[in-house]
Amino acid sequence: MPSREEIIEEAGAWLEENLDPNLSLVEWRSRLVDGGWGSPRWPKEYWGRGYTTEETNVVTSLFIRKGAVPAASAGSRNLAAETILACGTDDQKKRFLRGILTGEDFWCQLFSEPGSGSDLAGLTTKAEFKDGKWVINGQKVWNTSAHHADWGILVARTNWDVPKHQGISYFLINMHQPGVEVRPLRQMNDHASFNEVFLTDAIVEPENLVGAEGEGWAVAKTTLSYERGGFGTVSDIECEVEKKGRLYDEYDEEMREANEPYVWYPQRQGRVDLAVPRAQATGTIKDGAVRQEVARLISMKRGAELAARAAKAKVRSGSNEIVSAGSIGKLASSFVARQGAKVHTMISGADSLLKGEDSAEQGVIAEILVSVPAISIAGGTDEIQKNIISERVLGMPKEMRADTGPFRDIKRN
Amino acid sequence: MELTEDQIQFGEVVERFMADKSPPTVVRKLMATEEGYDPAVWKQLCEEVGLAGTHIPEEYGGFGFSDVELAIAAAAMGKHLFCGPFFSSAVMAGCAILEGGTDENKEALLPGIAAGTTIATLVLDSLDKVEEVGQKVTADGDVLSGQVPIVIDAHIADTLIVITADGNGYALFSIDKGADGVSVRLRESIDETRKTCEVTFTNAKANRIGSLDIVGLNRLWDRLVTFLTNEMIGGAKHLLETTVEFTKMRFQFGRPIGSFQGLKHRCADLLMELELAKASAEYAALCYVKGTGEPYVASMAKNLAGDAYTNIAIAGVQLRGGLGFTWEEDTHLWFKRAKGSEVLLGTPHYHRERMMTIIEEAS
Repeated sequence: MPSREEIIEEAGAWLEENLDPNLSLVEWRSRLVDGGWGSPRWPKEYWGRGYTTEETNVVTSLFIRKGAVPAASAGSRNLAAETILACGTDDQKKRFLRGILTGEDFWCQLFSEPGSGSDLAGLTTKAEFKDGKWVINGQKVWNTSAHHADWGILVARTNWDVPKHQGISYFLINMHQPGVEVRPLRQMNDHASFNEVFLTDAIVEPENLVGAEGEGWAVAKTTLSYERGGFGTVSDIECEVEKKGRLYDEYDEEMREANEPYVWYPQRQGRVDLAVPRAQATGTIKDGAVRQEVARLISMKRGAELAARAAKAKVRSGSNEIVSAGSIGKLASSFVARQGAKVHTMISGADSLLKGEDSAEQGVIAEILVSVPAISIAGGTDEIQKNIISERVLGMPKEMRADTGPFRDIKRN
Repeated sequence: MELTEDQIQFGEVVERFMADKSPPTVVRKLMATEEGYDPAVWKQLCEEVGLAGTHIPEEYGGFGFSDVELAIAAAAMGKHLFCGPFFSSAVMAGCAILEGGTDENKEALLPGIAAGTTIATLVLDSLDKVEEVGQKVTADGDVLSGQVPIVIDAHIADTLIVITADGNGYALFSIDKGADGVSVRLRESIDETRKTCEVTFTNAKANRIGSLDIVGLNRLWDRLVTFLTNEMIGGAKHLLETTVEFTKMRFQFGRPIGSFQGLKHRCADLLMELELAKASAEYAALCYVKGTGEPYVASMAKNLAGDAYTNIAIAGVQLRGGLGFTWEEDTHLWFKRAKGSEVLLGTPHYHRERMMTIIEEAS
């Protein structure tokens, strides 16, 4: 076990030797990954150092201070990497992990379908083994960054004669082939942050099946656990060097491009921060009904933050209430966002209809009203959160199921 | 709120006492009496647990714990609907003296309150709005006149602490309940677990014991609100738990009613509402201790808790169906405490308005 000082010394010396702002992004990340600093938490045989989370955080903090651009993380590549690392073959790890970290390969996630959203295990995209290859047919939806992805993590049904969770397999699919068609999906708020992906006789090589045939649900749950848990972050650390040069320009461009589809995300949270300033600017702060709703909004928002903080403290103290804390927090954010939309409607009145540069907050108010519905759907609907809370926290009985037995016989879309 | 080992143990002691001494059967018995409490249990609580001195500094005979301990005790009392003069005497009167009393009067009055041998109460002539305090009782020198419609536990109090307007601030008086010119009339209330009286002063000679400025009065109000809010959280949490348990036991249409999504989702919503209120109430207590936080934390917590407890109480009756509306079933005891707590020391509506006033003053 290296000490904190030893890690800083070794990583510092390596940075001294290798960090060069004139490199291209890929050139730098190749050095980073081959040096074992791209993901130090990973095992030594796969470009890591076998560090603990704490040791990794030491490296991350140092790299932030020294202005070292981190390994690639945009899109769904982290989910792919963690899943391959946990469930993939040695050959898959060797072929895919390096390209994920260097950013040479962009990944997307192909899970949700038009006919299976909350009920992911009810998916109907079909994978059939023909002439030594998997042939995929079906449609996927809500795929982030699929339009510039090289590879996708895919779940598809390989057996229709067993209960639904048992007939699913997990694949790594090459997105550059004729059978894969990606189309942007226009949302009700006029942004297109996601895609839909049509798979028509798309091919997956047999060596790109992850886990055994029919055991894909367990692999998918590994992916989803990383999606929900997120990644440890190190914040509040200032960079000590001036970020100038080709490396930083390319990195800024990468970040800008990655964040562009999500510029409306603050609006879906209800923009609580704008409530009092807008009420003051419009004079509606004198309206007793507006005052009531603004105070309610601020109370709910702050209450939700405090509840989340209390839940985190509970987790730190070793309680296993993490799932419930997440679901209650998710439900609370919907509750807050809806109240935000209500408040902004009261404050702005007819003006809240108008979009464009000359409208209220340059269209932000209008965008709140048509973006808030997303928060109650994305990442698990409010209804699913309520099922989780009532069943796992309150211990209430499950609903009777209508989807047992062979998948073939289950009523579906 | 992250608690220390000592605070956790303190909570367990109070919880054990309350579970043992304040089961619903006892609550029902006491609420039917005029006194509304059991002097023997009160004595035991003060002598064995020392609870009345929780927040009173050691120099005045208390333990000098913080409002975090007070909040912990509040939640246990709210859970078990404890019938006794803790809120009126130790908290309302005790905190008023601590906030505005002179050192000499603190020394004279607080040790008895901390020991529980003196029962005091605070005559707040508005339990609705802090801005309206000091209008119904007037002081001519140290002679009090006026009528206050709701005073908690005045019928069992030895000493009344009174706040009246005094120039730009407020004067603090104490007066024996038995003094000339003081009359106390027990009132009928929907919440019989907390007795309320009308108090009338007719040229009653009192002792001036101190002063409060407007900041001090608001700080006192916030402190009382924070205690009451944590008490509400204890009750709300318990009532939601018993309601959920009921839905698991109650079978209709061949299945437990708790398996119907309509009920499950309603309970999940209530738990979320409770969690926001609970975190806010605990935070308000911590902010009082540290002197930090947003200036409106107490009002924020009270408006969230007021709505949450009332919504849980409504569901508590509703989910039990006809049974929930009977006198024999215990739910109405919590329902009435919920309603009583919602309206005392400011409704949720009032506290939201107060928040906005504070926010506007700050910006």
